[in-house]
Amino acid sequence: MSNKFAPDNSDVSVVLCGQAGQGIQTVERILVRLLKLSGFNVFATKEYMSRVRGGSNSTEIRVSSQRISAFVDRMDILIPFHKGALNHVQKRISPQTLILGDEEIIPDDFQTSGNRYVPVPFAQIASELGGKIFVNIVAAGVVTGMFQVEQSLLGNFIRKFFAEKSGEVVQKNIEAIKRGWEIGRKLLDSQKSRLESWKKQDVSEQILLSGAEAVGLGALAGGCNFLSSYPMSPSTGVMVFLSQQMDEFDLIVEQAEDEISAVNMALGASYAGARAMVTTSGGGFALMTEGVSLAGMTEIPVVIHLAQRPGPATGLPTRTEQADLELALYSGHGEFPRVIFSPGRLEDAFFLTQKAFNLADKYQIPVFILTDQYFMDSYANLPLLDASSAKMEKFIVRTKKGYRRYELTEDGISPRGIPGLGEGLVGVDSDEHDLEAHITEDLDLRKRMVEKRLKKLDSIQKDIVPPELFGSNDYKILVVGWGSTYGVIREALEKLGREDTAFLHFKQVYPLHEKTRDYLEKAERTIIIENNATSQFARLIKLYAGVDIEARILKYNGLAFSVEEVRARLKDIIG
Amino acid sequence: MDTHIYDMGDIDIAWCPGCGNYSILKIVKLALAELDIKPHELVLVSGIGQAAKIPHYFRTNFFNGLHGRAIPPATAIKAVNPGLTVIAESGDGDMYGEGGNHFIHAIRRNPDITNIVHNNMVYGLTKGQASPTSQLGFRTPVQVKGVFLEPLNPIALAIALDASFVARAYAGDIEQSKVIIEEAISHKGFALVDVFHPCVSFNKVNTHGWFKEHTYYLDDSHDPLNRLNAFQKAIEKERLPLGIFYKNPGKPTFEENVGLYKQDKTPLSFREKERGARLVNLIRSKK
Ligand SMILES: Cc1ncc(C[n+]2csc(CCOP(=O)(O)OP(=O)(O)O)c2C)c(N)n1
Repeated sequence: MSNKFAPDNSDVSVVLCGQAGQGIQTVERILVRLLKLSGFNVFATKEYMSRVRGGSNSTEIRVSSQRISAFVDRMDILIPFHKGALNHVQKRISPQTLILGDEEIIPDDFQTSGNRYVPVPFAQIASELGGKIFVNIVAAGVVTGMFQVEQSLLGNFIRKFFAEKSGEVVQKNIEAIKRGWEIGRKLLDSQKSRLESWKKQDVSEQILLSGAEAVGLGALAGGCNFLSSYPMSPSTGVMVFLSQQMDEFDLIVEQAEDEISAVNMALGASYAGARAMVTTSGGGFALMTEGVSLAGMTEIPVVIHLAQRPGPATGLPTRTEQADLELALYSGHGEFPRVIFSPGRLEDAFFLTQKAFNLADKYQIPVFILTDQYFMDSYANLPLLDASSAKMEKFIVRTKKGYRRYELTEDGISPRGIPGLGEGLVGVDSDEHDLEAHITEDLDLRKRMVEKRLKKLDSIQKDIVPPELFGSNDYKILVVGWGSTYGVIREALEKLGREDTAFLHFKQVYPLHEKTRDYLEKAERTIIIENNATSQFARLIKLYAGVDIEARILKYNGLAFSVEEVRARLKDIIG
Repeated sequence: MDTHIYDMGDIDIAWCPGCGNYSILKIVKLALAELDIKPHELVLVSGIGQAAKIPHYFRTNFFNGLHGRAIPPATAIKAVNPGLTVIAESGDGDMYGEGGNHFIHAIRRNPDITNIVHNNMVYGLTKGQASPTSQLGFRTPVQVKGVFLEPLNPIALAIALDASFVARAYAGDIEQSKVIIEEAISHKGFALVDVFHPCVSFNKVNTHGWFKEHTYYLDDSHDPLNRLNAFQKAIEKERLPLGIFYKNPGKPTFEENVGLYKQDKTPLSFREKERGARLVNLIRSKK
């Protein structure tokens, strides 16, 4: 096989593998942006170790003619940045994988054993330019050359990307990317390549977001103006994103001393009229559960972004899993309503987070956004989000004299005042309380208060986001998934190409939509796909929709599913 | 202003007859009335315990949260609406035990709130276990061999952290305590007032008599701006000083530091700025 790059399929997967601290993230950021600017659809996802230096991390960038949002095992191009790289991704190297790299880091036996290997003297070029740090940019340049990114885009892009660096540094980087580009261009077999037809003008105009940014933007759209949290991977991205927006959006972002403080601060802020949120991961959320219960009792709105990672305990800090569904569902002592969203697409993350603020405010409840490391750290292009369709709904009332915070009403929702707005006084209490929020042991009133709080669930029904069906309505086999597995399941099913199989994706996992049962009962066979070991969502479906799911495809080694894997495992089941 | 404005009328109070909490309730109302702070301008934030029931005996806005967690919501309430006077008030177990971490970091964060701690050196509501301020040797049904943990010294701790305002009062002295609490509320920045008071049911050691014998007032010779002197006073053991130990009035507050109120004084709670255009710009910047 020729060592020339001649893509004709509709997508290419480029994998960069290096040590922590080597800057492959910079390459990723540059490439994703430049390729998108050039008109390619892109999707990038990474897996990395919980360390600041060393180890082996990899990033996959899929470049495609169509919108994609899934990880593939397949590697079409591999750029290793250190000696251990090939080992790290060995299982994924195939005879088709085109490997580009310095001879020094590719083991000899590897160079001779029939792999498609093209030596590229990254280190030497970089040192000619002034030092090792340019290796990344040269590598980025090589890939842009291979994909026929217009050379004219490079200079401006680098100037913007390194806007804060000195003129000399910027100039060196421009030189570096151009040197790489020249090499890349020669690697492309432009006769056979169909790349030009992949590029689309409208894609180049699209935006690029990570899952963390999509949640952050959704929070801004939902009116969030207070975030208190404690750093914990993989949830910190949202905190970082919102911190950057503090001044522009009149927003308080505070790093609390611990998660207990964070959630109690958020509730204080919300009580006083802010739109408050916390972002955390399982271990941090475990500490916040008292606050969930407090939100339930005091009926204070709060949005909780819970980015899952593998547990128990510290688990695998930088890996992914969907194993905190039950934690979110059952968190907080006592009985009270809640809502749990689980975005699958970047758009979902934006609109659901925005909606979470409205629902929290409307029903005075905690609302969860359940994501995971895979979702947080993945990037893709998407059409411009329509912020105007994201309406902020506020339910705060101006109080009158004699106002009572917990007035008993038909639907259980008491008009919510805030201190300082109107003539009334606003109390809230974590004890069982009377209508004015004063502590009570009147047990008849207790019963009515429990019923008042739970009654809100009835009204919530009309706001449940329905599951989305993909594929024919006349399905015989129904594949069920929730949250971040959306992209991978869709693509695997498309590749499988079976008319009789449809996919039902849940972006709200609790309360379940009333149609859930019908969808499931209509199928002859049902299969659930979850990134956990005990199929928590299947259990939830059994409990609330009363349907047993027949087959399970589970994964819990800390990595996200790949398209190939889902396809193969589905095939095993369906035949 | 008359303190009746804060009164709840004829209500059932869960404190024991003779409990020091009654005096503190009275003192806080007197101080607020003196400062002319109206019920709707005030938020009383508390945790859980006998002391923490104080908002139920007070006609005002209140947030009676969880055990140990008065300070975090109080901090946030002040930050989103600096126009409100915010008092975080609970017992010693609540503030220094369960909420110890928040206490420490609130001093660092320096929100402009007043932290009043009803320090009876025992857990009242849970019926008489040791608190972080219980004295060495104090016997309880749980600490059967007597307390052997070094008592927490909140005054020394706060001064060590360069707190903005540090004082101690004694519930038995309504007049002086009122003056101290008034000053604490007026002070800009985090103001700690640790208030000694007896628990008539579960602390038979630290009684009114004991407090009278073991306390004295700092006099005019004490300079509250001198941190070293303040610390020296704070670690005295024989007789415990009352009064204002330390003030660091220049410290910027949390609300000032978050930077939202430099130009626009409107509380965050009431800001209604349209975000649409800014959001569209931000989204477009992601191209
Ligand atoms: C998380 C939690 N742990 C324990 C308790 C039980 N509890 C209630 S009040 C209290 C201690 C009360 O002591 P203190 O704060 O000194 O107040 P006092 O009753 O003496 O006024 C405890 C342990 C609780 N309510 N919540």
